[in-house]
Amino acid sequence: MSFIKSLRKIPLGARIGLFIILLNITAALLAPVVSPYGETDIVADVWLQPSAHHWLGTDQLGRDIYTRMLYGARNTIFIALVTTMLSFLTGSIFGFLGATVGGWVDQLLSRIVDILMAIPMLIFALMVLAIAGTSIPVTIVVIALLDCTRVYRLARAVAMDIVVMEFVEAARLRGEGIWWLIRREILPNSMAPLIAEFGMRFCFVFLFIADLSFLGLGIQPPTADWGGMVRENAGAITFGILTPLWPAAAIAFLTVGVNLVVDWYLDLTSGLRDYS
Amino acid sequence: MIMDHILEMKDIWIEGFSEEKWIPIVKGISLYLKKGEVLGLIGESGAGKSTLGLSSMFYARPGCRIVSGSIVFDGKELFGASDEAMREIRGVRIAYVAQSAAASFNPAHRLIKQYAETPVTHGLMHFSEAEKNAVEIYRSLLLPDPEGIGYRYPHQVSGGQLQRAMVAMAMACHPDIIVFDEPTTALDVTTQIEVLAAIKQISKEFDTAAIYITHDLAVVAQLADRIMVLRYGDLVEENYTREMLANPKEHYTRELLSVRALREDRDLTGVRDDVVLKVENVSASYSGKEEVLKDIDLEIRRARTVALVGESGSGKSTLARVITGLLPPFKGKILYEGEELRPALKSRDREMLRRMQMIYQMPDTALNPKQKVRSVIGRPLDFYFGMKGSEREKRIVELLEMIELSPRKYIDRFSTELSGGEKQRICIARALAAKPDLIICDEVTSALDQLVAKGILKLLQDLQNELEVTYLFITHDLATVKVISDEIVVMLHGRIVEKGAKKKVLDPPYHEYTELLLSSVPQMDPDWLENLLKKREAEGKGYHG
Repeated sequence: MSFIKSLRKIPLGARIGLFIILLNITAALLAPVVSPYGETDIVADVWLQPSAHHWLGTDQLGRDIYTRMLYGARNTIFIALVTTMLSFLTGSIFGFLGATVGGWVDQLLSRIVDILMAIPMLIFALMVLAIAGTSIPVTIVVIALLDCTRVYRLARAVAMDIVVMEFVEAARLRGEGIWWLIRREILPNSMAPLIAEFGMRFCFVFLFIADLSFLGLGIQPPTADWGGMVRENAGAITFGILTPLWPAAAIAFLTVGVNLVVDWYLDLTSGLRDYS
Repeated sequence: MIMDHILEMKDIWIEGFSEEKWIPIVKGISLYLKKGEVLGLIGESGAGKSTLGLSSMFYARPGCRIVSGSIVFDGKELFGASDEAMREIRGVRIAYVAQSAAASFNPAHRLIKQYAETPVTHGLMHFSEAEKNAVEIYRSLLLPDPEGIGYRYPHQVSGGQLQRAMVAMAMACHPDIIVFDEPTTALDVTTQIEVLAAIKQISKEFDTAAIYITHDLAVVAQLADRIMVLRYGDLVEENYTREMLANPKEHYTRELLSVRALREDRDLTGVRDDVVLKVENVSASYSGKEEVLKDIDLEIRRARTVALVGESGSGKSTLARVITGLLPPFKGKILYEGEELRPALKSRDREMLRRMQMIYQMPDTALNPKQKVRSVIGRPLDFYFGMKGSEREKRIVELLEMIELSPRKYIDRFSTELSGGEKQRICIARALAAKPDLIICDEVTSALDQLVAKGILKLLQDLQNELEVTYLFITHDLATVKVISDEIVVMLHGRIVEKGAKKKVLDPPYHEYTELLLSSVPQMDPDWLENLLKKREAEGKGYHG
């Protein structure tokens, strides 16, 4: 009962956001079940208009767009999620470590991050991917490492404010180790900004993967992903065909959805309201 | 309306928004203020005194609303007045002085610019005129260098001076009423005197009426003609100052009055008196250049309470940091039961850390808001004694009972769900969980209300009698020292200026600085401030900051 009650309290915007996210997750999970064709099957003529057989039409090779959208959700969201999680894991651990230990450890980590951040992210990623190849694991690691610099900055700044609090000093005086300080004293108190940032970063990473795919260095064909689909079908625009707009719309849709939920979460945690 | 009432507020109801609903915080209080009169509003936190004070200019803090009532100022009804109409009154005819001047000034502008802002934007005078007036008011407020001080930035003057500069700002438009909201609470006793004297001076000189909000009855006794005691948004008692002090009618008022009673010396015969902690010739500094502590020698014997007294900046908290190992000294050594301690925290072993615990000034920041009482108290048990499961649970319950909080009610609460006094009790329990010999108490009562603080002090004493713990009690509040200490150490500018048994330090003949501190503690006597100022003037000792 109380769960339903608390659901009712969620504002409209957040409900829409949650709905969008759930829709995307369901689509990603059920892709093989609900899609009418195979991911890479060429089933009809090139660039067909939407019809009863092909709900969203076909692409530049005659593959069903609806099918590829479902599989694209799977690939794009999965990769973005793993990348963001990896980025948060490394970024926040090093950020907390820098803030808690201080001294030369903090200096070293921060200067490395400064150097990485000084190089434009897209260009750096293009360079590394061009050298290391464009497999999915490499893409994930490269983007996560580049992105974790931003997370590092945030985690360090948030932790800086927490480590000077007396409860952290009390734990230090008790003789607690660094790992306890990070895990039990700092992490629970920096969850709010980190989760909010997670939502934002997820969108950025998601768009970044789409960018890379659009430039041909992200997820490689014939694997379906939304950014790549926009690029492959970009030419159709000149013929007045809507095909590239479907994946583009999906990207926009999910980004908006995630942000709506993040806004709600920020609103929930910024005030004095009890959310525990 | 009676003619000489500059302000008359009737049946004021104010509500605050909390936990999704509006809750009354001021419940139908009426008050009036005559021209040139000073009204004291006194009560503990949550009494609604600040909220009521602010409502005199028909202003409610965000999250509050004035529901009903009538606020008649100089013959005009303010309740329901438009923002434009209020803008003509706020700051010009009714001014406000906040508690923390340091937080209320814009650090990027010179004092004079902030002083002149209100009169200039209201078109009352040109900047040059305001500049000239400022010097006059700075002089009346007994600020040093009245011609030049306005051209300094807020960080370039002392706390007491800044608070007076804020009083000067409030005076800029020569208002009819000034609302003082705890203007001296954040200040040291010696600095507090400067501000009190200044406020008294201007209210006399300009015949300004004032509402003076504070939790300290002795402070308000020096200034107010009339006092209203508030509790939980209700009026408890209202009377003229002298009559209220001489003859308090309500139980609550009597309780407030009785807080400063002096405790008798304890009988310490039969109590062990081996030296627990010895500080030898310690000097320390933060930057490596300026010495914050100079040649400190100190002995703390078992089961005693040693009070470390001094104003802010005297180095007393730094000494605590040195003892705990947070700040290794560059000279001297610390002996614990005769054994030399490693200077740095990291190199001390767990057993050593266990025996020395600390309780902090702000219980809000000393407890992790994301931990429940169970894990706050349980962690030291697990960490130091390896207690687990039901054994640990049992001990937590024992500790909660020891600090007089019902275990069933509190064990599953987050620290954010506790009041200030309850939080401080949890901090005490956390320290006790380690079964320490020595507890360092850093200003543990200064963030608490009087009556709550009294309860905490009593608890600390009871625990001492029961468990033979030793306290190093750091404080700037001499009233607390009188209550709790067995021995007193007075610090000034990083040096110990006097130390000894309580009786020896607090009875004449005094050390010069101890006398200054002692005489600066406000007394309940309404003539205290005036007599003190006269006496100091006669002796040629100024109170200028």
